[in-house]
Amino acid sequence: MYKFFAAEIIGNTSQNTCFKLLTLRPLSEIFVPQPGQFYMIQTGTACDPLLKRPFSIYSIHENRLSFLYRIRGKGTSSLSQLREGDRLQVIGPLGNSYPEPDGDFIAVAGGIGIASLFAFMSKYRRRAYLFYGAMNKDELVMLDVVRELSKETFISTIDGSDGRKGLITDELRDFLDQAILARRPAQVYACGPVPMLRALAEIARSNSLSCYSSLEEHMACGIGACLGCMVKTVAGQQRVCKEGPVFNVEDLIW
Amino acid sequence: MVKLSVTVASLKLKNPVMTASGTFGYGEEYAEYIDLNRLGALVVKGLSITPREGNPTPRIVETPAGMLNAIGLQNIGVRAFIKDKLPFLRQFDTPVIANFFGDTVDEYVRAAGELSAAEGVHALEMNISCPNKQEGWIMFGTDPKRMDHVVTEVRKTTNLPLVVKLSPNVTDIGCMAKAAEEAGADALSVMNTITGMVVDIRQRKPVLANNTGGLSGPAIRPIAVRMVWETCRAVSIPVIGMGGIMTARDALEFLIAGARAVAVGTANFINPAAAVEIIEGTEKFLIEENISDINCIIGSLKLNPLNERQPNHNADY
Repeated sequence: MYKFFAAEIIGNTSQNTCFKLLTLRPLSEIFVPQPGQFYMIQTGTACDPLLKRPFSIYSIHENRLSFLYRIRGKGTSSLSQLREGDRLQVIGPLGNSYPEPDGDFIAVAGGIGIASLFAFMSKYRRRAYLFYGAMNKDELVMLDVVRELSKETFISTIDGSDGRKGLITDELRDFLDQAILARRPAQVYACGPVPMLRALAEIARSNSLSCYSSLEEHMACGIGACLGCMVKTVAGQQRVCKEGPVFNVEDLIW
Repeated sequence: MVKLSVTVASLKLKNPVMTASGTFGYGEEYAEYIDLNRLGALVVKGLSITPREGNPTPRIVETPAGMLNAIGLQNIGVRAFIKDKLPFLRQFDTPVIANFFGDTVDEYVRAAGELSAAEGVHALEMNISCPNKQEGWIMFGTDPKRMDHVVTEVRKTTNLPLVVKLSPNVTDIGCMAKAAEEAGADALSVMNTITGMVVDIRQRKPVLANNTGGLSGPAIRPIAVRMVWETCRAVSIPVIGMGGIMTARDALEFLIAGARAVAVGTANFINPAAAVEIIEGTEKFLIEENISDINCIIGSLKLNPLNERQPNHNADY
């Protein structure tokens, strides 16, 4: 079993204008990832981009690893140009994973944050009240599939082009105020931009919910050596790549 | 069989490939990826007498063929290193070189003293690219007098081989190298990172929270090779070469330019097995070139006579 391996691209397909799905076939025996874990993936063929980039596992199926990514900077632009048959170096699975839910749960995804929650919802099918927010309808990906995976799906966009107009955290707040459920979920799992996660931490606190957030940070190595991805916690500084990426928001100092 | 072993000061290394401080954690981070016994030496993350929190994030930004970092020397402190990290490293047949630094001469001396007394530390590497808090925050490593003072004091404290890691942010590295040698250094590491800045043009501010950082990676390699060559000409103590080494080919450039050993840094972040691959690649090169001892290649650089046209055989660039 190897945590550092070569893999062949067997798919790198566009989902819409800004998202692609990368599928890799590892060329050696690998460890099975848990939802929330991530991989460091080579994105180019020469020294530029130099560093690997972290990507949450989106799905694993018959020993094929899939990663949903948004084309955003130099690394993802370079990755988007690679084709089937190209080989990449990969390190992973890395970091911790989402803790097991107790019954139904709430999942909150902001933008590309859906990628790591997709893996989680696939493991616990039809148990998630999914709150999925994006800037506009073009940035909502895999809607049909996520609806299928979740128990109920709530959508919002900042421009109102799909679902409720506004922030997904407002949608969640209303849900928690109004919903009459036989058994109220006790846990929130989230991945998205920091302002969303901060707002969510507040909502979780006032509703006595446990909230686990997957954080994103720039990192050079992903294996705990570079100390580029530190986050302040009640237990002191911790590495997003090693002690995270999933943190109980109660432990975060931000 | 090719002989790969080299001697740096009184340290016998089974091969000339070490890890560069700050890129290899305390060794344990890499133990699940490579056999640490394979390394020529293992240089741990810089230690100070008391723990350091380091800088706020962002601490890292990628640059063309390189990266800029301002970690801020975050570390667990000398005592926690000795207590919690060193026992793990003692099980390997690889010399441990403890990198250390201080804000004042006294802090350097105390860190060196405690590390020297610890079982399992085989040599010390002094990071002098730090500002002197007591003397107007001027870098120890960019002023020959300040460097002479701090190296002289540390020399009195330790009997371990003392390596001084030079800063490239100077006009004449040969002059700094000589000052370190005269102050009692047993070897020199050349070089530390080059100070740089990356600007976010939309925000009109530096990307790193610390504004500036140290540039590393292949982007700096030609500068490092030149500085190693200049240092080797200036001093008679061994030089450990580093700066953007990604492959055995890169390591060989440094060895040919005169480095007795090399250190792999940023490459560890990208490829956790980089150091081992470089050892294997170096051995393969020596076999191909029919050279039985690595020491035959060290300092084998044949300078071109100036003002004479040379054929260009270079297929590497």
